[in-house]
Amino acid sequence: MIAARGLRYRYPSGAAALDGVDLHVARGERVAVLGPNGAGKTTLMLHLNGLLHGDGELRVCGEDPRAADLRARVGLVFQDPDDQLFMPTVREDVAFGPLNLGATPEQALARADAALAAVRMGGAEERAPHQLSLGQRRRVAIAGVLAMAPELLVFDEPSASLDPRTRRELLELLDGMALTMLVVTHDLPFAAQLCDRAVVLSGGRVVADGACLEVLEDARLLAAHDLELPAGFDPRALVERAGQLAA
Amino acid sequence: MSAAALHAVGVAGDPASPVHRLDPRAKLLGLTGVTVVAVSAPARAWPVFAAAAAVLAATAVAARIPARVLALRGAVVLPLLVLLVLTVPLREDDAVVAAAAAKALVGTTAAVLLGATTTFPDVLHALERLRVPPAATAVAALMYRYLFVVAGEARRMRLSLQARGYAPRSALQAGAIGRVAVALFLRSHDRGERVQLAMRARGHSGALPRLRTLALGRADAAFLCAVAAALLPLRVALAVAA
Repeated sequence: MIAARGLRYRYPSGAAALDGVDLHVARGERVAVLGPNGAGKTTLMLHLNGLLHGDGELRVCGEDPRAADLRARVGLVFQDPDDQLFMPTVREDVAFGPLNLGATPEQALARADAALAAVRMGGAEERAPHQLSLGQRRRVAIAGVLAMAPELLVFDEPSASLDPRTRRELLELLDGMALTMLVVTHDLPFAAQLCDRAVVLSGGRVVADGACLEVLEDARLLAAHDLELPAGFDPRALVERAGQLAA
Repeated sequence: MSAAALHAVGVAGDPASPVHRLDPRAKLLGLTGVTVVAVSAPARAWPVFAAAAAVLAATAVAARIPARVLALRGAVVLPLLVLLVLTVPLREDDAVVAAAAAKALVGTTAAVLLGATTTFPDVLHALERLRVPPAATAVAALMYRYLFVVAGEARRMRLSLQARGYAPRSALQAGAIGRVAVALFLRSHDRGERVQLAMRARGHSGALPRLRTLALGRADAAFLCAVAAALLPLRVALAVAA
């Protein structure tokens, strides 16, 4: 699904944002991308949708990132939903992507309503984004990319600024989606609950890549890259509890 | 305008009224027509002003919009009227001042009625279908969407100033307000760049695509005919007499 090798990117100021990223993600995987501020996480995310173009090799969904249809296949959910929801009503915003892909108004309407139902926001179609709570706006932003029927979903800090209940509801929502996901986050418990695999990006390079729990249990690795689990949080206990619930 | 004041505007009255259910193009054309007829009339065209007022009153009653809502929202024109009363008498007679005030009131009330019976997205949609340049409607749509976001940011910044004891007692202490304005501008500029990235991520390539299609019906035609019948004969008669 994602194949990056030696991916490099410098901002116009000359600062290196990506300094040789190697990353392979298979279809169906859920991968957390962890790392300190300024590690290049968001820059990497923008490469996956062809919004930035760096040097090195990158194939997304088997295609070159400059492919015209890549934006339909990779759904980016931005950190601040106010950046993403810009149309006057929720329905018009969710239909924006399908209409850009050439859907007729009737098709776009059907896809928008189905996507809103999938994120449990049915009934908010005619509301304006500023009338919704942050959690609701984030759900609508997710509906906006789901309506484009993507193969890969990329989230930038999906749990940022959410209250505990809204965060849990979002986690349940994402957990129920059978899509390949890349989750850029500082929220390590969120990553542990959602993702099987974690990649640590630091200084524009992948410095760790492995099973999410193993990465999160490596206290020295986390400390070296300004990552920290909440006090008292035990990733293993989380998995054991999930296993008991499943049994 | 504060965020709270922004939230106080919007559709009022009975959303199921015949006026609310009209096609937004019919309301836009009809109410703009009332304004144009009144504004273009000569100073002593009191029958035209009275007819325009009657059309607006009938529309407000049919839409079940409380007089209080009309008065509160229409009050925005009061500073202009005061300015008019203070300045124009230096050169003109009282009739001209009264006519100018009547025109201003008709135009403002028509705009208030449009806003109270039509959502802003529907007004934008109507403008697009009436062939207003897409760039203008896109700018208006983005401005409407982000006005609330920027107003919210401004409110939080003002509270932050107050929380740290900022209470200017002289103009010399007002510099912080200027720095807040600069910070707000820079934040808005950054947000603009992020919004553009998010739009491109969903395949945006220039125009804002629209979902709904509007359909003019018999009620819309009847509304436009009624407005024209109430105003145009008087206006034409005045023009002929002149």
